[in-house]
Amino acid sequence: MTALLRTPATVVWVVLVIATIASWTLGTAHGMHNHSLASVLILLIAFIKVRLVGLYFMELREAPTALRGLYEGYCIVVCATVLGTFLLA
Amino acid sequence: MSVITEPPATQVTRVVAEKKKKKVPGEEGVWVFILGDMSVFAVFFIVFLVERSKQVDLFDLSQATLNKNFGALNTVFLLISSMFVVLAVRAMRTAQRLLAQRFIASAFLCGIAFIAVKVFEYHEKIAAHQVPTTNGFYLLYFILTGLHLFHLVIGLSVLTALWFLARKPEMSKHQWSFFEGGTCFWHMVDLLWLVLFPLIFLVR
Repeated sequence: MTALLRTPATVVWVVLVIATIASWTLGTAHGMHNHSLASVLILLIAFIKVRLVGLYFMELREAPTALRGLYEGYCIVVCATVLGTFLLA
Repeated sequence: MSVITEPPATQVTRVVAEKKKKKVPGEEGVWVFILGDMSVFAVFFIVFLVERSKQVDLFDLSQATLNKNFGALNTVFLLISSMFVVLAVRAMRTAQRLLAQRFIASAFLCGIAFIAVKVFEYHEKIAAHQVPTTNGFYLLYFILTGLHLFHLVIGLSVLTALWFLARKPEMSKHQWSFFEGGTCFWHMVDLLWLVLFPLIFLVR
């Protein structure tokens, strides 16, 4: 069982949990007063989490460059579009 | 300047070995589906923000009625379930089938817990007369979370199939591909929520 846990995915999982707590703090009354900045950070964190799930849980880190590239491209393009829409629309 | 003393043949072997190591998790078809599905959701993310920009105050006021703790709790359930699925794959690779089955069952239970929380959440909204027809925010809230819930239910049937596969004494190459692809589908259910929760519950 401990041997099964000895993988980078476990470290990533801990990072994901910490990131979730950080987003929750930023998004609730306990967090920042500048809501726009807090929201930008929350969205950025969300897409970093998406990338980590893809690379480490779905194992795209070991996938052919084309597939990994498509996934990374998705993360960058969607994150940029979402942030752009939030800030400019 | 360093001089490469390695014979070319060894270099070629190494390159081939490195190429061999790279592999598509699951069937290629499953990736068309996963990336396609993720793109559909990406459109929904943008639609939500565009609609929000038209009525920022209404969206912020309506969002304040949501129970953020429910959303955060569900994020934790899905993260735990994803870790169980990662462990199931690793257990299968080391021929620990019984352990893998237990991990899959645990992931399944996390999915059920997600649904239970969602039922509470929807019940709270409907009891407060905050329904899809109330305003644009609640309409998108119910569509997006409902669509995600639909994917989660499909994910639970995928997990059930993986549990039965894990019971087999041996798996064909095709079955193993299905197993890996199925786990990726479950991770997709997780990562879609990783965006939906902050987008709907937290961004203001």
